[in-house]
Formats: sequence, structure tokens, C-alpha cells
Amino acid sequence: MRVRYLLPIAVFLLMVAVFGLVLYQVSQGRNIKEVPSPLIGKAVPQFELPLLLAPQRIFSSEQLKGRVSLVNVWASWCVSCRYEHDLLVRMSRDTDIPIIGINYKDERVDALKWLRDMGDPYEASIFDYDGHLAIDWGVYGTPETFVVDQRGVIRYKHTGPITMEKLRDEIMPLVNKLRKAGDTV
Amino acid sequence: MKLSAVFLLLLLGIAQAVAELSDPRDERRFNELAKTLRCMVCQNQSIADSDAELARDFREQVQKKINEGQSDTEIISYMVERYGDYILYRPPFNMVTAILWLGPFILVIVGFLMILRIVRRQEQPQADTEQQARLRQLLEKSADSGNESG
Amino acid sequence: MVPEIGHFALVIALFVALVQTIMPMLGAYRGIPELMAMGKPAARVQFLFIAVAFFMLTLAFIENDFSVAYVAQNSNSALPIEYRISAVWGAHEGSLLLWVFMLASWGLAITIFSKSLPEHFLARVMSVMGFTGVGFILFILMTSNPFDRLIPAAADGRDLNPLLQDPGLIIHPPMLYMGYVGFSVAFSFAVAALLGGHLDATWARWSRPWTTVAWLFLTIGIVLGSWWAYYELGWGGWWFWDPVENASLMPWLAGTALIHSLAATEKRGAFKSWTVLLAILAFSLSLLGTFLVRSGVLVSVHAFASDPERGVFILGFLVVVIGVSLGLYAWRAPSVHGGGRFEWFSREMLLLANNVLLMAALAAVLMGTMAPIVLDALNLGKISVGPPYFDVVFVPVMLPLVILMGIGPLVSWQAGDARPLFKKLRIVLAVSLVTGIALPLIAMGKATLMVAASTTIAMWVILSSAQYLRDRIKRNVGNKGLSAGVYGMVIAHAGVGVFVIGVTLSSVFSVERDVHMRVGDTVQINNFVFRLDEVKPVRGPNYHSDMARVNITRDGEQVAVLTPEKRTYFIQTMPMTEASIDTTLLRDLYVALAEQRDADGWALRVYHRPFQAWIWSGPLLMALGGILAASDRRYRVSARHILQARRKTASASVSDGAQA
Repeated sequence: MRVRYLLPIAVFLLMVAVFGLVLYQVSQGRNIKEVPSPLIGKAVPQFELPLLLAPQRIFSSEQLKGRVSLVNVWASWCVSCRYEHDLLVRMSRDTDIPIIGINYKDERVDALKWLRDMGDPYEASIFDYDGHLAIDWGVYGTPETFVVDQRGVIRYKHTGPITMEKLRDEIMPLVNKLRKAGDTV
Repeated sequence: MKLSAVFLLLLLGIAQAVAELSDPRDERRFNELAKTLRCMVCQNQSIADSDAELARDFREQVQKKINEGQSDTEIISYMVERYGDYILYRPPFNMVTAILWLGPFILVIVGFLMILRIVRRQEQPQADTEQQARLRQLLEKSADSGNESG
Repeated sequence: MVPEIGHFALVIALFVALVQTIMPMLGAYRGIPELMAMGKPAARVQFLFIAVAFFMLTLAFIENDFSVAYVAQNSNSALPIEYRISAVWGAHEGSLLLWVFMLASWGLAITIFSKSLPEHFLARVMSVMGFTGVGFILFILMTSNPFDRLIPAAADGRDLNPLLQDPGLIIHPPMLYMGYVGFSVAFSFAVAALLGGHLDATWARWSRPWTTVAWLFLTIGIVLGSWWAYYELGWGGWWFWDPVENASLMPWLAGTALIHSLAATEKRGAFKSWTVLLAILAFSLSLLGTFLVRSGVLVSVHAFASDPERGVFILGFLVVVIGVSLGLYAWRAPSVHGGGRFEWFSREMLLLANNVLLMAALAAVLMGTMAPIVLDALNLGKISVGPPYFDVVFVPVMLPLVILMGIGPLVSWQAGDARPLFKKLRIVLAVSLVTGIALPLIAMGKATLMVAASTTIAMWVILSSAQYLRDRIKRNVGNKGLSAGVYGMVIAHAGVGVFVIGVTLSSVFSVERDVHMRVGDTVQINNFVFRLDEVKPVRGPNYHSDMARVNITRDGEQVAVLTPEKRTYFIQTMPMTEASIDTTLLRDLYVALAEQRDADGWALRVYHRPFQAWIWSGPLLMALGGILAASDRRYRVSARHILQARRKTASASVSDGAQA
């Protein structure tokens, strides 16, 4: 009988618990704006598009199969792409992980100039002029970085510039794990 | 055909719809759909309400698919496959969201059941209160007579 | 010096608020009149110092003192003076100061209009108000001080967010905050009553005018916000079910339920413990709104820049204020009994139904706001809850409420007589049906079943309210005239009807066209021909803009010339859409300039929105009803009576003493 008078405070404390949890997660560096991709665990979308550097050559989604690779969506107009570019360049130099670029809604001239000025970490850059390929990849905020495994399945996605910590703590371990798993299969 | 139509429009000085949808019914469908899809990069706006580049691309995609004759469900599942439930302003109905969809209605039912109980409880001791009322009358009478005597 | 004086005044206000919290409460507990009497002067002094702090921040803005970090972030020397003043509450820190200022103003108001309150009760009320003040002043001083200096000073400011450089935004936040904070009075009354154990009809009578005034401010605040979104965001929508909008709607719904429940408690002594819970709930939801908007737990267009540290502070404060009051409720409410009996068909029943439906509607808004946060925190997926959800869940709960609203006032307390009432309402129902169907047919030339049902319900509310008024006037022949409260209720209920008509016809029959126009092009909507005459560059005080001139004609006759703008502010360079609107009673013509497509072509969004003005008029009528209800003589008369009675006894005891 008296329990019903405790109901309001019970509901309230439950809400406080949730808010407390959210605040804790945010203080631990969780970005509440990040939206997980439904494409993780799915095969990469099928496509055939020309390359940025060699427009006459076509890159197809089949070419992503057979090895573990990073797919990085970038554009010369994208300010935050600048923040991660150095890291990508260093990575292409210091590791043997192939990085495939998707050049998103860019003018070819601008994109080429960007690569010339800042270095080209990409094994190949796919030229997605109208941005349709990016929609198929569920891109909403450049830069975005995906990890694709040997079977051409998307295993990881990060929205926003990748940082040293992300690379060290999440991407590299995942790539190594996927490579090992691929060797044993 | 299409080109001459555009030319005719230009000649008449009639504004062209930005959404290149010939049928006004399609245009309405497009407006409705655009309001239910969330612009992913914006804070909290539908793709109909946003000037963001991405919202424009989404609008273009939706238009294209309407023109291709796709149904609303097809277009929505196309977007959800790529961006997840987050893109939908109408959350899906499932185990997790059941309370969200049904909660308010359950509350209405529970609320009315509670009112029912309150009124029932009042009705039961009716006899008692009638007795009490008689008692009160008696008391008042005696008080009155007391006043008179005093 | 100015910011230091402000800062210092705030610190003093904190200590005064502490005195206001501790002394009267201690006095009430120990029965020491001197301590209890400290509440009033403390509240007045607290108001004084907060007013000084508020004035100093305003002064810093007026004087363009860019050595104050908050001023540097939210103002600019080119900003017009009226926006320099409204920039005071343009961001987190200053708006919090506005909040505290409002709180102190309500505290001051209590000290002025509290002559009829017993001293124990008043002491507890002042103490609770004081404690709320302590919490918020501490919050400002610890996490969000608007007086912090910027070293070295900025040469010029980063300007006020262009979205907020708008006349509507000058008064929207003060109104809204008056409402939010106003519920603190009903809250303090409730907590004081729980502490004193006097939860009775008198308590309800004291609370009613305060609740009504807070509610009407909140109503006006919400209307202004909605109106601002309508013309400033350039999307033509007026309510987006954004979490921040929901944060203002939730206390409004609770406050509406409270107003109705208080009526039953005052008149019949009914559902006392429920009413006191609602009073706690209304203010708790105001506080929850503050938390949601300022803590960074949600994604919204309107949310303040925030950090988790602030969130932790407010959450802690919420736990203390709401937790303690709900604990007090759980402890004291079970011993509250009674209220008169009532039957199936009675005013009490209908008010209970009103409360059930309002609570369900509130639950829909609360769940819709919380669900994305909860699911995300528990890793159950990321979802969005928007208009399609609320259309399906909120609206069906509210519609029966509107139907009941037509009957409610006509039913007597305790036991209503259903048969003669329905006989009388048969005619009203018939007229509502006819006019409800005729209205869309005549105004729009067409009607669907849904539209006709909706307008019929709206007419039903308006006409049955009119019927109620007629009854009361008839019954009142020869008497002094009706109380303002009766008029207030009738007008407020009719306002709901007006609102429903506006929402129905505007949402169903609005025509939107997104068009690409060159100068000279026309677009036609329902006989209205919109012609783009020119687009020319215009220079404002702190922006430059492209202003279009759109000439609107109907059957060759000129109706209006609209001048929508696309502004780019010098400092914060995001483009702003300034819609231009021609409003009449029956329709809005709305033109917004979207973006330049090519050398001489522009994308425009053009609307014809029938009955749009009714969407704002309805709630304004509700607020007007609130003003009338709050001004009812009864509250003042009862106050005067009690006062006179007390003076009499006081003088009697004095003369007794003299005789002795």
C-alpha cells in the first residue's frame, strides 16, 4: 500500500542512474554524436568507379578482397581531413597496410593538388565525384575510415579524423587480428 | 520532350520545382518522406529542413528513387541499410522500443483502472457514511437544541 | 571594475540565500518567530544583489567590455544595442544568471503577496526558495561564471549567434524562464505544506494563482519560441519535437494538470496527495529541462555548448532537490486522507480523467526525449524519435482530452446529473458537427474525414465553453456578475479549440513549393502568384545580405510584397535564412530564400499556410485566460479577509493585554 508512494522517487532515481551513466561515458571520451554503422559485418557495397590519378582505369569493389585494407574517405575541402593526413602518410610509409582512398565530392584538380602538396598515402584513390558511392558506404561526416577484411567485409568504422590513440588501440590490433585469422583459414 | 518542356517553362517565366518531380503527388510524397529522414550531420533536423550538403544529397537520392518508381518502404529501407535506424524519425517497433510505443497508452489504461478503484472504494462504505450522516444530523439537532436552551 | 562588482554581488547573494535557507527553517522547526521572520528580508536582499549582478553583466555588454570572456564570446562592437542587451542571456552562463534573477524575482513577489500566509508556512516557503537559489548561484560561481576575465582582453567580440539576433529572441527566454522558475513557487508551497503537515484546501488556494501565473508565462514563452522557429529557422515548421522544445513542453503539461488538480483540491479537498505530487513534478521537470539542455547528454539544435562537469553538478543538485522532496512525499503523503466523496459522473471524475490523459501525454514526451539517450547509454542501438512518433502517440492521447474539455466545466462537483446535461449538449454537438464540417469546406473548399473530425472537436470545445458561459450568466441574474475565473477558464478552453483548428487546417492544407527562380519567374499556389522581382545586396549593421523582392498577386491584384533575405554575418559566417511572411487571419504567405543556384537563379521555398496565425492565437488566448483566472477577486478577497481577521485578533489580544 505504502509502496505506491515510493514509486515517484523510484522512477526518478532510475532516471538519475541513466543520466549518471551517460555523463560517465561522456567523461570517458564517448562521443554521443557518433552513429554506429549498420554496414559493419556486411560485405562492401558493389561499385565500379574511375581512379582519381588515372581516370581511364576503373576500380571495382572486387579489388578490395584478398587482403586486409583501410578505406579512407577524404576530400580537399574537408578541414578535419587535414588533421589526420600526416598520420595516414606516416602509416603508409611505416606499415604495410594498404590504404584505399575514396575522394568524396571533390574537383579533380583540387584533389590532385592536395595530394601533391601534402603527400599521397593512398595505394589508390577512388574518384566519387557525385558522392553516391559515399552514400552506399553510409558516409555522413568526412573523414571516415573503414577496415575491410580479406573477404571484403567491413569490420570497423571510425567517423572523424583518426588519432594516434585510435590507430594504436583499435585499428592496428584489429588489422593484426584479421590478418592472423586470415592466415589460419 | 523533357528539354522542350523546360524550354517552354523558361519561356513562360514559370519557376521550376527544385525537386524535379513531374507529378504533384510525387512532390507531396517527397516532402513527407524528407521530413521523416534525419540529416545525419545536423544537430537535429530532417533532410527537408537542412541546408547541409549531405541533406541535399539525400534529397537528391530520394527524388531519384521516387522517379525510379520505388515505394516509400523501399526508399526508407535503402536509407536504413546504409545509415541505421538513427536516420529514421519514426523509431522501429521492436522489443526494445515497445515500451516507447505502448507506454503512454498503457499509462492511460492503468490510470483509468486506478480511477475505477478509487470510485469503487468510495462506493463500498456507502452504508457507513449514511450512518455517519444520520449521526451528524442527530448531533446537529442536539447542538441546535443545546443552543436554544443556552 | 564592473564585472568584479557583479561577481562580488553574486557571492553576497549566495550567502544571503544561505541565510534565507537556514534561518527560517530553523525558526519554523524550533518555533522561534525572530528566525522565521528573517525569510522575507533575506529574500529581498538576495533579489537586490542578484539584480546588481545582472545589471553589471548587462552593463559590460552595453559598454562592449571585451575583457569579460562571456562578453567577448557573445557580443561585438557592431552588434545593435538591443541585441547587446539580449546577448546577456544569449548563451549558457548569462542565461543561467537570468534564471537566478527570475528565481529571486519570484522570491521577492512572494514577500509582497504573502500577507495572508501563516508565519510557519511562509518561513518554510522562503527557505525552500532560498535553497533553490543557493543551488543555482553555486552552479554559476563554480562552473559557469559570466564575469570571468579574459586576459589579455579581446580586441573585439566573436558576436552573438546570428540565430539569436532577432526580436523574438529578446523576450522569448525571459518569458520561458519566468514560467520554468515560476513553478518553484508551487513547489516551495508543496514542500512547505508537506513539512508542516497542512496539506489542505487552504494550501491549494494559496498555490493556485502562483501556479496559474507561472503557467501563463510558460505558455507565452513556448509560443514565442515556436513562432521564432517558424520564421527564423526558415523551414516553415513551428514545432519540431526537438528535445529542447520537449523540455519546455513537459513542465507545461505537468503545470496544466496541476492547475486542474488544484481546482479540485481547493473546491472539494479532493486528491490532495496527488496534487502535491504534481506540484513537485512540474518544477522537477523544469529542472530536468535545465539538465537536458546544459549537460551535453543530448543532440539538439538549441542545446547550449556544454561539458560533463556542469552536467554532474546539475545532476547532483537534481538529486538533492527532487530526491528530498519526493522522499518527503513518500514519507508524508500516506497520512494525507480524505476529500469529499464523488460519483461516477462528477467534475472530480472528469478532472481525474484530465490528469490521466495529461500524464500519458507527458509520458509520451518524456519517453520520446529519453529513449534515444537511454538506448544509447545501454548500447541498445541508436535511434531518433521525431514528429512521426509524436503524431501517432501524443496526438491520440490529447484528442480525448479536448473532447472531455467540452463537458468538464458543465458537470457539477460531487454528483453530476448526466441526463439533462446531455439533452442540453445535444444541440451544441449538432451545431459543432455542422460548423466543424462546414469550416474546412468553406475555408479550404474541401475536407477529409480526419479534418472534419478534428475541426468538429475544436468547435465542440469552443461552443460548449460558450454554452457554459451562457448558463453561468443566466444563473447569475441579479448577482454581482461572474468571477474573472469563469471567464478565464472559458477563454482558455476556447483557445484550445482555436489552436486545434489552426493546427489541423495548417498541417493538412499547407502547400509547400521548393522552386528554382530567376528574376521575373513566377510560381503559383492556390490562386496566389509569387513573382521574383529582384535580388539585391543589402548591408546591415553587422552582416551583408541578399534581399529578394517577391511580389504576390491574386487574380491580378497585388496582395503583398515580401522581402526574404539570405544573411551572412561578418563574424560568424554561417548563412542565415530570414523568411518573410504576410499574415492575415486566414492564411500566411511565406517565402524563404534558400540558396543561389547560379548567376541569376535562386532556390526559394514558398508556402501557403492556411490558419497559421490560429496556432499562436490559441495559446495566447490560453495565456489570457490564465491572466483573468489569476486576477480573480477571490484570491485577493480571501487574502484581505484573513488579514483583517488576524489584525482583529491581534488588536484584541493587545487590548486584552492593556486591560490586564
